[in-house]
Amino acid sequence: MGSFMLRRIIYVIPALIAVSLISFLVIAIPPGDYVTRLAETSAAAGDVMPMAEQDAMRRAYGLDLPIMVQYWHWISGVVLRGDFGYSFSFNLPVKDVIWPRLGLTLVLSVASLLFIWVIAIPIGIYSAVRRYSAGDYLATFLGFLGLAIPNFLLALAVMYLAFAWFGMNVGGLFSPQYLEAPWSWDRVVDLLNHLWLPMIVLGTAGTASVIRIIRANLMDELHKPYVTAARAKGKGEFGLLMKYPLRHALNPFVSGQNDIFVEIVSGGTIVAIVMGLQTTGPLLLDALRTQDMYMAASFILMLSVLVVIGTLLSDLLLAWLDPRIRYQQG
Amino acid sequence: MDNLIEIRDLRITFAQSVEVVAGLDLDIPAGKTLCLVGESGCGKSVTAKAILQVIDHPGRITGGAIKLRQPDGKVLDIAATKSSSPIMRDVRGADIAMIHQEPMTFLSPLYTIGNQISEALTLHRKVSRADARAEGIRMLEQVGMPDPARRYDSYTFQLSGGQRQRAMIAMALINRPRLLIADEPTTALDVTTQANILDLLAQLQRDTGMAVLFITHDLGVVAEIADEIAVMYLGKIVERGPVNEVLRNPKHPYTRGLLASMPRLDGDFKAPLKAIPGMVPPPALRPTGCSFHPRCEWALAGLCNTIPVLETQLGTDHMVACHAYGSEAGKFSRTPLRAAAISATPVRKAAGTEPLLSVRDLHKHFPIRAGFFQRKVGALRAVNDVSLDIYPGETLGLVGESGCGKSTLGQTIVGLHQADSGAIRFADGVREPVDLLTARGAEARRMRTDIRMIFQDPTGSLNPRMRVRDIIGEVLQVNGRHSAADIEARVQTLLKRVGLSPDYAERYPHAFSGGQRQRIAIARALASEPRLVIADEAVSALDVSVQTQIINMMKDLQAEMGLTYLFVSHDLGVIANISDRVAVMYAGRIVEIGTTEAIFRNPRHPYTEALLAAIPGRGVTRNDNRVRLGGHVPDASQQLSGCAFADRCRYALPACRAIEPQLQGALDHRYACIRADELHLRAVTGKPELVGA
Amino acid sequence: MSTSNETAGLVAAVTVKHQKGRGYDGHWALVWQKFLRHKLGVAGGVVVTLAYVVALIPEFLAPVTLEAYNPAYSYAPPQSIQWGRDDGNGWYFAPHVDAYASKIDYNSGRRTFVPDPEQPIDISLFVQGEPYRLLGLIPTDRHLFGPVQAGQPFFIAGADRLGRDILSRTIYGTRISMTIGLIGVALSLVFGILIGGISGLFGGVTDNIIQRLIEFVQSVPAIPLWIGLAAAIPPSVPPLQVYFLITIILSVLGWTSLARVVRGRFLAMRSEDFVKAARLDGCGPVRVIFRHMLPSFLSHIIATVSLAIPGMILAETALSYLGIGLRTPIVSWGVLLQEAQNVRTIASAPWLLLPGGAVVIAVLALNFLGDGLRDAADPYSD
Repeated sequence: MGSFMLRRIIYVIPALIAVSLISFLVIAIPPGDYVTRLAETSAAAGDVMPMAEQDAMRRAYGLDLPIMVQYWHWISGVVLRGDFGYSFSFNLPVKDVIWPRLGLTLVLSVASLLFIWVIAIPIGIYSAVRRYSAGDYLATFLGFLGLAIPNFLLALAVMYLAFAWFGMNVGGLFSPQYLEAPWSWDRVVDLLNHLWLPMIVLGTAGTASVIRIIRANLMDELHKPYVTAARAKGKGEFGLLMKYPLRHALNPFVSGQNDIFVEIVSGGTIVAIVMGLQTTGPLLLDALRTQDMYMAASFILMLSVLVVIGTLLSDLLLAWLDPRIRYQQG
Repeated sequence: MDNLIEIRDLRITFAQSVEVVAGLDLDIPAGKTLCLVGESGCGKSVTAKAILQVIDHPGRITGGAIKLRQPDGKVLDIAATKSSSPIMRDVRGADIAMIHQEPMTFLSPLYTIGNQISEALTLHRKVSRADARAEGIRMLEQVGMPDPARRYDSYTFQLSGGQRQRAMIAMALINRPRLLIADEPTTALDVTTQANILDLLAQLQRDTGMAVLFITHDLGVVAEIADEIAVMYLGKIVERGPVNEVLRNPKHPYTRGLLASMPRLDGDFKAPLKAIPGMVPPPALRPTGCSFHPRCEWALAGLCNTIPVLETQLGTDHMVACHAYGSEAGKFSRTPLRAAAISATPVRKAAGTEPLLSVRDLHKHFPIRAGFFQRKVGALRAVNDVSLDIYPGETLGLVGESGCGKSTLGQTIVGLHQADSGAIRFADGVREPVDLLTARGAEARRMRTDIRMIFQDPTGSLNPRMRVRDIIGEVLQVNGRHSAADIEARVQTLLKRVGLSPDYAERYPHAFSGGQRQRIAIARALASEPRLVIADEAVSALDVSVQTQIINMMKDLQAEMGLTYLFVSHDLGVIANISDRVAVMYAGRIVEIGTTEAIFRNPRHPYTEALLAAIPGRGVTRNDNRVRLGGHVPDASQQLSGCAFADRCRYALPACRAIEPQLQGALDHRYACIRADELHLRAVTGKPELVGA
Repeated sequence: MSTSNETAGLVAAVTVKHQKGRGYDGHWALVWQKFLRHKLGVAGGVVVTLAYVVALIPEFLAPVTLEAYNPAYSYAPPQSIQWGRDDGNGWYFAPHVDAYASKIDYNSGRRTFVPDPEQPIDISLFVQGEPYRLLGLIPTDRHLFGPVQAGQPFFIAGADRLGRDILSRTIYGTRISMTIGLIGVALSLVFGILIGGISGLFGGVTDNIIQRLIEFVQSVPAIPLWIGLAAAIPPSVPPLQVYFLITIILSVLGWTSLARVVRGRFLAMRSEDFVKAARLDGCGPVRVIFRHMLPSFLSHIIATVSLAIPGMILAETALSYLGIGLRTPIVSWGVLLQEAQNVRTIASAPWLLLPGGAVVIAVLALNFLGDGLRDAADPYSD
């Protein structure tokens, strides 16, 4: 087990390097940079920026260096000093902008994941055990529907309904008065008050797929020989369900959680933009539009890191759950 | 009553109201072993599960009674008790326990075996964790698990097949049940392990006085373990009685048929076997009258096919359900079931003939790779320095436990694996000899048509997307120039030859039963008119009667077409029946090779002795001081010094671990044991067999 | 002789009775029969087929063209169709909609529309309208339905900010939205089969590297990366090129699951006895792959593909909605949804969400279809 964990953790390192490289290149390789965009914007406003001024700006920001050198400056700063570079548009170090946003992203993602589990696991079990019952059909149908509605559309619909029925202007994670306030108990309560709506919106698709995963796997397991064997030992049906089929169905469930988490982090970007959440999404979009490269690259990097860590956790959990992995690969 | 369980008129129904068990009467006596015998599809397992009320969906009990006598004298009708009721839960695992065929799938891999064994205890008794553990370990010790305290915390995938079955037995017996139901518990095991498990079950039965309901398709196992036997056909008992009586003096044509299809080891090894024609029909197509009549040679029209059979008592406790013993007995002649002699005489090898195939110093090692870059970290020595000759027209049988490398050897000869070193020379006496390992181009093509292979699994080896015609004809299409009409004609002929209708050519494999598919596979192998056919466990996946049909057909084809067979099998009975010569393989090497007579009558290698001794029910009387083999085939990735068998050999001396034995002896009987000349090994005796038909 | 499977065998044996004569049916016939038993899958298939018909001939199906707009009807609500008219002598069939009398409320700055029964607009099937070429070939000016007199305001699904007919635009959007999934998946399939095939065929280190690569790509959060790549397309790129660039971006991240399926099947297939038997028959690698292996997992691939299309449609919709995907004049459902940027707009004109409904129906239907196909892909396992 120890060596398995160690190897799995070491595995993360090349993944992180690759992720950082891709995050950076995606932003840096396309033609044009922040200065170009700036010049375009001011040109549109009728204020032409002289080439010399543009070049001077590039030099100041280090944008004239070869891409790999820029990458090296950036990543060494991230790794060695926790310095993510400078945001051109905010005129602030990226790290000052990114950390609070990432924190909220994490809170929202984890909340959505928990929401999915709480809703989907019991429904999935019910669906598998009472197969072809009315409840099963309903759950299956809602599951399909949940998969078919795009996140942002659901967000729009929810916001529309809240507005049309209750006259509420939902959106954001805080009430205006807490937006810039320092952390306090009241602010946490305010956050929780705002969190549940995006949590549901974000969790819907995941809930649908978890119901499907649990149902399908549990149904496979329900009639396995070891279940018959345990029943023949005299075990009661509920204990039997919990100890054998459910435990076996848990493995594919756990390995599926990684994809779900990727989906949540990934889909969270769009939901956040639509609902105006104070997470990474809206800033990432702005940064990309203005080619605020260190900011954009840092956001993509940190989101990927979040996912890579999630993958690591789910793999370790899987190894902990399944002795076959522990003993045969470890 | 001294019956623990009395089953009366039991009916079990599956989907579309098809009765799988149709009015079964069966008594399970206390303290004895009752064997329930029959081909697959007869409803044996379902009956066993019914006794525990654990029939799989959608099956359910629709009639009859299963009366269990409780210790306090009361009688519980299991058939009338709900599966989920607390009463039934108390019965399951405590009064009646069950072991199954495949411990790998019947034990969960996610919990230690100790957890699952002790769970059986804690479900029925209030014991502390420590006590449950101690009791579990004690139980493992009792079932002969080596190092029980450590194995208690093992997972199923860390154990060998035999150890898993021991764990399952420990789990079943921990509550000292009054009835143990054993559903083919040894079918998936090697013959040597099977012998050990049968010994263990017999001993546990004697020690605890429990009753055992033992389900099997193998009459040899029955002879080994049963006190009483009940033969089941299509959901009903057709004959039952004490084991000696029924096996020595079988009455029902089905029982006789099963016995007659068993290969004999009592003298004439190659005596033709008598197969029961046809196969067990699906329960939905249960014939009217006596359900066995379509396959019965005695069947009389107007009687057997219309009037249901009644049970007839013969003597005190021998029951048979057959019209030939009933009120109309006078109408039957009851001819003995004897096989017709094979029409053509097989081509025997003439002395001094050149071998058709000579294998010399053949090595096949599979690299073991590990790590990201798949570096080679070791090798599985599947075939390790093998030399043998196969003569034209003969059948060479290749036996050994699983993992001994026999299949790899066959597959390497046919070219599925690339040999590492050695030579395989093919000489048909007409053209220049060819070395298979270096043959290229036209020569390699010719070898592909001259040497063909039959696979074990007739379902997997036929492409489900192709019509039978294309499957059989492919080898002709690919090799050489054959017109479509030629191929069509050839396919038709072949289908007739393997006993199938020529118009089956249009169909797809899924339309056929296992036996029919294997016939198609044989037709494919023969399409190119090969000289040598390698049959890799070709009959192992088939039911007894179908197996016998295929063996007989293969013998006929050999005689007609002058074929040479390399017949790979783990089943010594089948090997004895079909082979002219036998090679015994162990850990990638040939340890003994010789004529069938020599191997079975005069084994010179201790491993051969152990294999023969493990054949159930043959020539050995009970309580014999038998030869038993512990342990298992050594890990093929370990480099061994000396004789690979030394660790399991009861005759091993220190010298055996130092010297690597070479094959020695006369040309028609060679063996690789340094002590061969001083040992007096036991063979199968020439005593009369159980076969009484 | 697996007696533990006896029960399964018995059930199978019982069902065999009902499948007599099946022996003459080939693989695809069996797949088709099994698919037909999957009712939801069939329903999904019908809807998907209809959607692609719409994608093929939107010019005919839409009452007006994409260019048609009428600022006077900005945010006009849907008109309801009246099927008949009563002129005092009794009711008679005369489908029509009522024209709008619009009024601007100068306090709120909003326009309100009131149906005016005095000004009926007759509608009919196969009316004359703007000329176009059907399938790009046949010149005609007939439309499936619309106002009898071309050019009259006809908004049965409402109008957008510029007074454009939402229904017509949604019908036109079908073409782009349904094809972008198809083309994206086709590209993914090429990647997937190529890379998965190489991985499965060569095994060893190659396989290991490709597997790690796939694992890596799958663990990257797709949408931020999509956004990043999509945002990198300069605004100066012509719309048609944007369309293709977007499909490429979608498939860059979408090929992995297909590659996994292909590789898994390849590996499983390689050790199948019938493939070994084919090798022994003397079939070369090409024949083994194309005659024996590929047909055996083609049905699985088709099922996987149909399940991959919805993901592409959803991704395109999201990107376009954010304004970094497709842009006008190309019209996709996502582009149309851009109109619904904020809650106030939606609250006053909820019909702007109609293209969203189209997305949901299309994705739902594709998922049902894919599910049915997946079940049918292995017709031997029932």
